[in-house]
Amino acid sequence: MSPTNGRGLRTLSIATIAAIPIALALVFFYAPIEAEEGFLQKIFYLHVPLAIVTLCGFVLGGLMAIMHLRTRDRRWDLRSYVAIHMSLIFGVGTLITGSIWARGSWGHWWVWSEPTLVSFLIIMLLYATYQPLRFAIEDPERQARYASVFAIVAGAFVPMNFLAVRLSSSYLHPRVLGSSSNLPPKMAFTFLVSLAAMALLFATLCSYELTAKRTRMLLKARSRILGFQ
Amino acid sequence: MTPLATAIPGSSNNGYVAAAYIVFFAIVLIYVAIMAVRLRSVERDLRELNERAEQARQDGTRQGETHAQPRERETV
Amino acid sequence: MSAHIPAPSRSLAASPPEASPPAAVAGRSAPVRASRKPPGMWATVAALLRKELLVELRTLESVPGMSLFAVTTFVVFHFALNQNTVSGDEAAGILWVTLLFAAMLGVNRLFVADQDQGGFDAFLLAPVDRSAMLLAKALALLAYLAVLELIAVPAFGLLLLAPPLGQTLPDLLVVLVLADMGIAAIGTLVAALAVQTRARDLLGPLLALPLLVPVVIGAARASSPLLVLAHPAGVGGVPIRWLATLALYDLVFGLIAYAVFDFLLED
Repeated sequence: MSPTNGRGLRTLSIATIAAIPIALALVFFYAPIEAEEGFLQKIFYLHVPLAIVTLCGFVLGGLMAIMHLRTRDRRWDLRSYVAIHMSLIFGVGTLITGSIWARGSWGHWWVWSEPTLVSFLIIMLLYATYQPLRFAIEDPERQARYASVFAIVAGAFVPMNFLAVRLSSSYLHPRVLGSSSNLPPKMAFTFLVSLAAMALLFATLCSYELTAKRTRMLLKARSRILGFQ
Repeated sequence: MTPLATAIPGSSNNGYVAAAYIVFFAIVLIYVAIMAVRLRSVERDLRELNERAEQARQDGTRQGETHAQPRERETV
Repeated sequence: MSAHIPAPSRSLAASPPEASPPAAVAGRSAPVRASRKPPGMWATVAALLRKELLVELRTLESVPGMSLFAVTTFVVFHFALNQNTVSGDEAAGILWVTLLFAAMLGVNRLFVADQDQGGFDAFLLAPVDRSAMLLAKALALLAYLAVLELIAVPAFGLLLLAPPLGQTLPDLLVVLVLADMGIAAIGTLVAALAVQTRARDLLGPLLALPLLVPVVIGAARASSPLLVLAHPAGVGGVPIRWLATLALYDLVFGLIAYAVFDFLLED
């Protein structure tokens, strides 16, 4: 079992701690006020990176699950679990910030006409079953295996779901919350930095969680060896 | 399109932006707090484990030739 | 081991309804013929499928319940909506939600007998491709869905639908087939996943419903123009994009289910 190395963790943490204030500064002082939405548009730099990182996290969880099934190395399962768990948390953040944005922009706390939010809701409902599924299986080997199967199917589902929802909603309304294409360069740069900061935060928290989990597992193993439990 | 945004001057929108960023940071901080609590319990367990190991070692040396070294076989 | 292989086709007539054939002949001591090849994929699928359908025919566990549930739901909808007839989007919505939930009942029961009576273990002992079980179960579920729709769609036309079904039926059939394939693929996979967990009746639908949202989207959007009163002259009313979505979904998840199913049976 590899040591609970905190090396990567420190680098990541420092990078994140540097990136977040820079991103915030850019958002509030560098990026221009958008013409249509006004100051409210600033949420874009928070909500969309959250969304992108969450979705990538889910897909990554699926990829790690494939590695787990291929190599049978339980560390991949641990990574997959942490990625999905973290994406769930970030996903809640996405839904809340999206809802706040909808409220400010459209007057309702929920809009069916925003395909990203709707897709997100469905995906969150799906991944919300991940932990109940895991805890409903007692045998650890089988639990890891079944969780990996789920992660793969759900990871494939993410793009499919986006496609389907986007198709269905284009019939109803035009996009409410503005698109992220055709951004003027200052905004685009700010967006990229925000995205990078969010991704770094995700990676740091995942690394943190992995280290904590491994430490707990090691501790349990030691205490079992020494005969105390 | 964005009726509220254009009809009402910036003040109420500031509230929404602030709310969104506050929510985000609150989530992150709650997570960090939970991890801190877990870390504390891990430290407590580790301390307890060390104390017990120390005590076992002392008992071992007190009794003389019996195994003083706990068998540290890595099974994880 | 090859003693098990000739068994499925021969023992179906003799075996009791609940036991799967390999388990039924486990006690039989047929002479082991080392030279006999294990059956190919399709032979296995055919044998398993036959067993599934025969068991269902004898025990009538899934299909009558699913059909009755669908018809009852239509009645409930009448009272819930306080309407005598529906058409268009509303009709498509009611039809597909009902079919979906009825399908969940079938999905819940799909692997229960195998789990409770050791059919999994017996199957695993046979030297056949494990994905054969996936195919057989999915085809069985497809068959159940077909019978369900045979009963539920006319019932829907009778009870709640405003426009007559006749003209648009061929198009509706296409939509039904495409959607059923998606439901069968995901339903079988989820059933296999959920059956070995503790809260299997709950977890099955919870897993399947979000996964099936694209199917609902495609099927409902595709059927909606077929269920309107003022139908434009000529029946080609279904926009291709929804059929394409359904087909893509079926392909993607059919392949994924096939690739991943082995890992569920490993014990």
